[in-house]
Amino acid sequence: MEPRPRSFYVLTAFFALFILFLYGPTLTIGILSFQGPGGGLTFPMRGVSLYWFFDLFEQQAVGDIWGSFRRSLALGFMVMVTTIVVSVMGGLAFRKRFPGSTILFYLIITALVIPSILISLGVGLLFNQAGINVHWSTSGFGAQLTWTLPFGLLIMFAVFNRFDKSYEEAARDQGATAWQTIRYVVLPIIAPSLIGVALFGFTLSYDEFARTLLTSGSKNTLPLEIYGMTTNVTSPVLYALGTLTTVFSLLVIGFFLGVAVWMNRRRASKGSDAGKGLV
Amino acid sequence: MQNLRESKSLIGWLMVSPLALVLGVFLVLPIIMITIVSFWQATEFSIIPAFEFDNYEFLFGSPVTYTVFLNTFKYAIITWVFTFLIGFTVAYYLAFHIHSLTWQVALFLLCTIPFWTSNIIRMISWIPFLGRNGIANTTLISWGVIDEPLEWLLFSDFSVVLAFVHLYTLFMVVPIFNTMMRIDKSLIEAARDGGANGAQILWNVILPLTKPGIMIGTIFVVTLVMGDFFTVRIMSGSQSANVGRLISNDIALLQYPSASATAIVLLLTVLIVIGILLRFVDIRKEL
Repeated sequence: MEPRPRSFYVLTAFFALFILFLYGPTLTIGILSFQGPGGGLTFPMRGVSLYWFFDLFEQQAVGDIWGSFRRSLALGFMVMVTTIVVSVMGGLAFRKRFPGSTILFYLIITALVIPSILISLGVGLLFNQAGINVHWSTSGFGAQLTWTLPFGLLIMFAVFNRFDKSYEEAARDQGATAWQTIRYVVLPIIAPSLIGVALFGFTLSYDEFARTLLTSGSKNTLPLEIYGMTTNVTSPVLYALGTLTTVFSLLVIGFFLGVAVWMNRRRASKGSDAGKGLV
Repeated sequence: MQNLRESKSLIGWLMVSPLALVLGVFLVLPIIMITIVSFWQATEFSIIPAFEFDNYEFLFGSPVTYTVFLNTFKYAIITWVFTFLIGFTVAYYLAFHIHSLTWQVALFLLCTIPFWTSNIIRMISWIPFLGRNGIANTTLISWGVIDEPLEWLLFSDFSVVLAFVHLYTLFMVVPIFNTMMRIDKSLIEAARDGGANGAQILWNVILPLTKPGIMIGTIFVVTLVMGDFFTVRIMSGSQSANVGRLISNDIALLQYPSASATAIVLLLTVLIVIGILLRFVDIRKEL
């Protein structure tokens, strides 16, 4: 192995600093959330305790943390499932050009780049004028989909651009119907990427805030609850909540990555050697 | 043949119908609604259907609008410069200096995980760093670099841009890394054989080939920064404004027609910027 050039070490140091920049602040509030009861929003630590975590669950003044968490969780699942189904269907359809596909493609890009506050305002106004009450499970749900679907679809487009069509042709030659081809050939092949779509769908919804602001109605989701707290809570209880929800996000991410690794292993061990030229 | 093509289109339409429905109801209709309401009238208590240009006249007649739009562009440009420099360097390191695929994937994931956690929490996390008695100030004072705590660290343009760079550099890293991974390594070897040094390879080979990724990253960063309204509010301590805040302030005052007019102007501005950027890249080819 040839020796590493000097630039490698410089860039490694740069990368390490970047990672520190990314994670440092979050780690800091993780530490600060264990402040003693007399502690403030910054160092020094005045003792170490779980005081602020207990405070989070006792103090009613902070708001309905558990309720908003449950709503965010439910909404996250709804958005995740819808994103997977709609993205797969859209991805399959977009493999062929059909009349209107270009317009639809540009709408997807628009959904991605449109300032979130326009969705919030527009959906709010629309429901208002139609005489329908905004609610997190209707207007909030739809508003979040305009953010998660473009990501899901872009992933599916990337997947199908690299998809080897000869698998499908082989299935068809064997007499499989269109549905059987999709169910037993296409879906199993793209399954690992669906983990990615699921991860995007759930986490982007769980943390979504700008598009839910005017569309969730009287019951807040967790990010809205946190946003409200930033203006009127000035104790480490805010950090305690931040730490808990970040830990939860990390668990979710870890779970999805774990499933992805497991699927790859399973595929590697159960996959056939067909086409590898082994006799 | 005609029938076959029609039935294929029909299947295509059926498959995208849920997508079209969602985008129709939650993207197209809201934009139409905002456009309509931007011509309405507002009193203190209600909004009244009308067709007048008052909201736009007020918007374009007010010097505040121009300051705020300039400010928005300022944030977008400064943030772009930093996210590009950092994002390109990080992607370059991952794509060309890490040789094992496992390590590449692991380090890449390490870069992307924060993207899947809460933006607001990541913003708040800067407060203990930047405050008057925060970590940055106490460290600098203990090192003897400064005598007085720096006031401009938190609730300033500095902290706003810092938060933007912190939140959005990932949007540069991912597309740039993606394009770099697809560069044929033999091109770089050919350049080296031709006598090019590292800097020349970077400038004449890698940078031009990475342009599509840079453009996609740029579109993400610029639109996210231009459409933002809460980063500026939280990180500037309500002391500076961008267009997003102008809109959200109007919304808070229930001035929906005037908020809508500003929103339409913002949307057009963003679309023009993207239209210019899209001239340099074909997104469908780059996925």
